[in-house]
Amino acid sequence: MAENATPDRLVSQGPSEDDVVAALDSLDARPETNLIGALQEVQDRFGYLPSPALEAMSERSGIPLSRIYGVVTFYAQFYTEPRGRHTILCCRGTACHVKGAGRVLEAVERELGIEEGESTPDLMFYLETVACLGTCFLAPVIMIDNEYFGMLTPQKVAAILQNFRAERQ
Amino acid sequence: MKEATKTRSTGEQVSVTIDGREVTVPAGTSVLDAALSAGIDIPHLCYLPELGLPATGSCRLCLVEVEGEKGPVASCVHPIAPGMVVRTDSDELREYRRTVIDLLLSDHPHDCLTCEQAGACDLQKYAYLLNVKDSEYRGESVWPDPVQDGPAITYDKSKCILCGRCVEVCQNVQVTGAIDFMSRGFEARVGLPPAMPREESVCVECGNCIDVCPTGALAYVGAQGAGRQWELDRVTTVCPYCGCGCLLEISTRDGSIVDIKGAPGAGPTRGLLCVKGRFGFDFIGHEERLTQPLIRRDGELAPATWDEALDFIASRLSAIKEKHGADAIGGLASAKCTNEENYLMQKFVRAVIGTNNIDHCARLCHASTVAGLARAFGSGAMTNSVDDLAEADVMFVIGSNTTECHPVIGAAIKRAVMSGRTRLIVADPRAIELTEVAELHLRHKPGTDVALINALAHVILEEGLADEEFIRERTEGFEEFRKAVAANTAAFAEKITGVPAEAIAEAARLHASAPAASIIYSMGITQHTTGTDNVFALANLAMLTGNIGKPGAGVNPLRGHNNVQGACDMGALPDVYPGYQKVVVEAARSKFEQAWGVSLPASPGLTVVEMMHAAAEGELKALYIMGENPMLSDPDVNQVEEALKKLEFLAVQDIFLTETAQLADVVLPAAAFAEKDGAFTNTERRVQRVRQALDPPGEARSDWSIICDLAARMGYEMSYAGPAVIQDEIAGVTPIYGGITYARLDVESLQWPCPDRDHPGTSILHREKFTRGLGKFHPVEFIPAKELPDEEYPLLLSTGRILEHFHTGTMSRHSEVLDKLVSVGAIEISPADAERLGIEDGKHVTVTSRRGHIEIAARVTDRVAPGVVFLAFHFKEAPANRLTIAALDPVAKIPEFKVCAVKIAPAAAQ
Repeated sequence: MAENATPDRLVSQGPSEDDVVAALDSLDARPETNLIGALQEVQDRFGYLPSPALEAMSERSGIPLSRIYGVVTFYAQFYTEPRGRHTILCCRGTACHVKGAGRVLEAVERELGIEEGESTPDLMFYLETVACLGTCFLAPVIMIDNEYFGMLTPQKVAAILQNFRAERQ
Repeated sequence: MKEATKTRSTGEQVSVTIDGREVTVPAGTSVLDAALSAGIDIPHLCYLPELGLPATGSCRLCLVEVEGEKGPVASCVHPIAPGMVVRTDSDELREYRRTVIDLLLSDHPHDCLTCEQAGACDLQKYAYLLNVKDSEYRGESVWPDPVQDGPAITYDKSKCILCGRCVEVCQNVQVTGAIDFMSRGFEARVGLPPAMPREESVCVECGNCIDVCPTGALAYVGAQGAGRQWELDRVTTVCPYCGCGCLLEISTRDGSIVDIKGAPGAGPTRGLLCVKGRFGFDFIGHEERLTQPLIRRDGELAPATWDEALDFIASRLSAIKEKHGADAIGGLASAKCTNEENYLMQKFVRAVIGTNNIDHCARLCHASTVAGLARAFGSGAMTNSVDDLAEADVMFVIGSNTTECHPVIGAAIKRAVMSGRTRLIVADPRAIELTEVAELHLRHKPGTDVALINALAHVILEEGLADEEFIRERTEGFEEFRKAVAANTAAFAEKITGVPAEAIAEAARLHASAPAASIIYSMGITQHTTGTDNVFALANLAMLTGNIGKPGAGVNPLRGHNNVQGACDMGALPDVYPGYQKVVVEAARSKFEQAWGVSLPASPGLTVVEMMHAAAEGELKALYIMGENPMLSDPDVNQVEEALKKLEFLAVQDIFLTETAQLADVVLPAAAFAEKDGAFTNTERRVQRVRQALDPPGEARSDWSIICDLAARMGYEMSYAGPAVIQDEIAGVTPIYGGITYARLDVESLQWPCPDRDHPGTSILHREKFTRGLGKFHPVEFIPAKELPDEEYPLLLSTGRILEHFHTGTMSRHSEVLDKLVSVGAIEISPADAERLGIEDGKHVTVTSRRGHIEIAARVTDRVAPGVVFLAFHFKEAPANRLTIAALDPVAKIPEFKVCAVKIAPAAAQ
């Protein structure tokens, strides 16, 4: 778990054909009428937009692949490189900073073996820092997907991440 | 084409005032179109209506002032309204436009000194007109090196102004959808999906993006450094590849071609081109071109003078005629040569040699069309026009891989489908590009067309969907037809064709319920021993549903060669004189005897394949071939080779030393299409001018002048100042060409029949009545193909073309870009068959039929159904026609290229 993610390893872990089919079968948004929504759903599932999923979406919907990539590359929210399924946002706002956000970030990085802007090799987590999560009363705080974890210490961080992973395996 | 639809949908006229002038245009027209129609030019960079590009309003250069509007509006997307007052020029507008140009120049290299596009660049033009010398907003620019994804097209992001024309033409006109805008801000560029190699993308390297690029960001690699825009000579002529009849603008400098572009808005395809027409021209200046006559001496072809070569041919032909009679000699005309050349060729064979043994490769592609449609309708040609396709409510495409074999018409079909107006049914044994956009794909087994089409008719009759009024008033033979299809139910057809009965019924209902349904077909229909029956079946279907003689309907065979229509029209066929006047009809014969001053033979001559058979049997002693290559194009080429070798005398005139020419006793160097004047007739019967852009290499001469000289040496005077005079003679003896003159062709194109000089030509045949009076139903019943798979030869081989190459490859395989795109052939085989036979994708296999074998790479693909394999016939290294069978349709004498039985094994196992 400790080694850094390399792009090659990540790519080799791309979704299987069945995963892609399942993802497209379960879309709520129709690509023909709501391409951005459909792309968001696919990205929610895989953490990024794997090219086989986009190719299959193009084939199913009749939307040219170029057109899909035109949208994907336009928006900053879309990622075409493999990326952890669960995004950890470490707050570095003023309140968190004063309360030891630096040590919290270090703890996350140590626990996951990655640095800011990287994903874990198993594509469970992707780590980012943000300027403020708007929950200064919880400082120092991190967010995993839509869930807040506040009043953190480096020790608590390790436990939270281990629990989070255990619950999903 | 969205614009066309928009204009068509409104009939009302609206008047507006533009720059103080009253302009009246149809309601719905944009301000820019209204101004352009009145000759008022408004600067614009992203709009390009000639090719049917929809307006996007993105460049903001076409801003105008409209009274009552708060600020300036983009005129290309602003519709006119009654009484609108528009000003297209003012100090304020100029300032706006200057700012637009200034902003574009802020991230654009000012390298006009070395830019290929200088002189033809729209940005440069407007910078000059608006006097923008440099940019006030110049910042730090990031300009990556130009990228080149394919062999022909390069993209330089630094020059790209992101106008979106290329994206529009690719997505909405060519309907390939290969490129779009990628990324955003200063990173924004046009391209394929990121990191995707061109070979894996859908890009077909058609290069239509180059033609629409206003700045030279997209360019043809081969034109770089080959000349400045103002140094080029430009000639508009007709493409030499398929029968679409696209107009080419050839640019030359110092006697060689710099590039070829489409003529925007002109010709039947409005300026769109495919990869062959645009980039497949290297053959013209190729070092292997024939440059002097060759005579076989001591077994080797050795250089000779024109006098020696022509004297030799004349003496040999005369001697053979004297000894064995005129019918011991045959001539092959050419679907690649001009109308005038084909006219003279058949005149030479008939009037000078004295035989009707004249034919050409139309025998191998659409002989069954000419025979079938002539009997059913009275005219063996495409009933409607390319432009007319967009009017169809339903298109039924059968046996035509249109996007590969007639790419620009393929694009028109896709456009019609994408517009939402046209619903598409495709019947094809293979999963082709069109099946991806089709509503229904009827995947029938090769050679079962009659069963399929009759079943469609059966359902239509059964469910009362026939057009009874049309049948009653305009046709005959209906009762016999009804009886013939009575047993051909959809359930019966399912057993024969493999297409589910329900799908057949659905297709029948869709086709019959359309106000206008058009049938489009090609060699998948014609190249069978039942080719004529197939054509009859389609003609029956069209009459049954009343789809003849109106827009968006018709029976539309797509012709394979640039001038195969013209060669047929000119009587390069053994049974008809020019204009399909039958040699057995005495009135016709005496008319031509009078016109040509000779007596003419009364019985029809031999067809191509019959000539080969006759040669093999020693009955045909001499053959004169103009621009054809039967050694690759004809079925069962082993037998063809035997036949040609057995001839006492073989003369070939061609542009290369083809596989056929290599066997000749005399070879004459001919001029290529770009080196001569004349006319081609495209698939929609449109006669268009071919214009000389270059001089022929060495001593090569145009085919028509060679024939004239030869005729004179054989004692028959043929003296013409040029093709224009020959056309005058053609017009005099050919009623359907009666009104066609070069004076007219210089300014317009004409679709035959065009009987007199005031006649505008005919875009839709059989409007009020059929050419033969009443349309005639021909009852046809399903007959299996001649040779079907059995235990020994278990697979069904079908042959055809691919996008990047053409016919026997004489032209396309001598072109660098096309050769880079596809340099070797491959046989398509289904994954199931491949697995069973131990065949891997890309590995070589041996393909064997009863007539021969070839070795070729396998392409494992689900384009073909299990049990079927497909092979293109362009490649001399692996000639498909070593395998094919010379079984003929009894009426049209067309060979069954589409069905024969083969076996396949990994090459190593042999």
